[in-house]
Amino acid sequence: MNIYAVLTIYRSEMKRFFRTIMQSLISPVISTSLYFIVFGAAIGSRIDEVEGVSYGAFIVPGLIMLSVMTQATSNASFGIYFPKFTGTIYELLSAPVNFLEIVLGYVGAAATKAMFIGVIILITAFFFVDLSIAHPIAMIAFLVLTCLSFSLLGFIIGIWAGNFEQLQLIPLLVITPLVFLGGSFYSVSMLPGVWQTIAMFNPVVYLISGFRWAFFGVADVDIAISLVAIAFFTGACLAAIWWIFRTGWRIRQ
Amino acid sequence: MPSIVSVDNLRKAYPGGFEALKGVNLDIEEGEILALLGPNGAGKTTLISTICGITVPTSGKITVGGFDTVSEYRATRDLIGLVPQEINLEPFETVFNTVRFSRGLFGKPRNDAYIHKILDQLSLGDKKDSKIMALSGGMKRRVLIAKALSHEPRVLFLDEPTAGVDVELRKDMWDVVADLKAAGVTIILTTHYIEEAEAIADRVGVINGGQILLVQDKSEMMAQMGQKQLRISLSEPVSSIPDMLRKYDLEMAEDGSNLTYTYDTKGERTGITTLLNDLAAAGLIMTDLQTKQSSLEDIFVGLVKETA
Repeated sequence: MNIYAVLTIYRSEMKRFFRTIMQSLISPVISTSLYFIVFGAAIGSRIDEVEGVSYGAFIVPGLIMLSVMTQATSNASFGIYFPKFTGTIYELLSAPVNFLEIVLGYVGAAATKAMFIGVIILITAFFFVDLSIAHPIAMIAFLVLTCLSFSLLGFIIGIWAGNFEQLQLIPLLVITPLVFLGGSFYSVSMLPGVWQTIAMFNPVVYLISGFRWAFFGVADVDIAISLVAIAFFTGACLAAIWWIFRTGWRIRQ
Repeated sequence: MPSIVSVDNLRKAYPGGFEALKGVNLDIEEGEILALLGPNGAGKTTLISTICGITVPTSGKITVGGFDTVSEYRATRDLIGLVPQEINLEPFETVFNTVRFSRGLFGKPRNDAYIHKILDQLSLGDKKDSKIMALSGGMKRRVLIAKALSHEPRVLFLDEPTAGVDVELRKDMWDVVADLKAAGVTIILTTHYIEEAEAIADRVGVINGGQILLVQDKSEMMAQMGQKQLRISLSEPVSSIPDMLRKYDLEMAEDGSNLTYTYDTKGERTGITTLLNDLAAAGLIMTDLQTKQSSLEDIFVGLVKETA
């Protein structure tokens, strides 16, 4: 294991994050506050409770998930796309590192950044709503797994992307809609019958549901199914990355 | 001398069917400077990329320091530093940080003193905190060299280090290469400037169409180049070379209208004076004299044309 290489990649990626620390932290704080004002105060005042939880508190897990998923994806995809764009990828390909080490460095850093933002949003939420966390360890586990799996997905997107437009394509066209339709601001049980069935095909439903369970002890789907879903998703991303490095797809001729 | 890099029947075909390398064999000796000469598209960069691990070979075997570049890639890449042809650098990073990044990536513990030393050696000492984007093209090229040297490699590949570089900087670059050689680093550089190969290489390899056409000691090549030819045009064609001129080994044109004398410019005596005296003594009347020197360029162009 080339541990120096892993740490070098990780540090250099984290440095990019801290170089722009103000943007990195202020923007999620502002957008979270806006969500609380719009959804929590304006709309929430007309909705009493969802599954026994005040609406303002109910949307917190979904809000965190929304930011964490988009941040993890965009951080990881940019992290590996940028060396491709500047051409510095040659160094990565000629260095004594294997795929696991490269992934650990880039995905580890992207997941850490997403974690940071998730925690910041959680702290912000405490200023707006009364919040208690029923299963703190499960909450952290879900947060870590989500950061990790979506960073892996972002890494794949970054390797696949041939230009900056493609880099934005999947997050914009796939991830954001899936998160919005995944019950981030409502319970899936509030949907009409057909849509409930359709929603079950959305993998994000399982993640948000599991995360919400960690907060309030109530969930749309069984917590075990949520765990299996996120484990499967992480496994699938890892397998895809392993295949990419084995075949050199889009990176090594 | 033992070879540090050994390339055996290396082939590389791209998915489109283009064969960039067609069975390359090459042995690079430890401590030497080998210049690979070849026109654009000859396969120079593909050859280097394959040795460094950026390109996967279709078939054949490469060893570096006795290790296989595919199955023992960690050991081989540890020994190799690569300076790419394109200036690929992260524009927002500082010089020092980007060099330190390279060292870490190659699995070496942090050693700032060593990085300072390299930067000073490459006259980048006072630019260490500058952002890459603020540097001139020549400076950026030096940063690439510093990055390649950051993990103390034993073999350094320089892919067209002086392409698009002004004359003064080119001379500087040659000095850098000479210093590295003195430090015991084996250097392989690709170029299409013949004078560059002449100036710094120990051996010269000519590559074209994905094949190595020739690898020769530069001094042997220089010996060939040191030869000059004197063409003597005669007013009256001769049917054979007179006996008294036999010792000069003259070549006679088919129609006998001129004679060609080959001599070594580096020899103590070229023999021109006595030849001209003897020509006069033999009763031959000269109408014109021409001298012609064969250069590395002639050899190179000749070889490349043959395979085109």
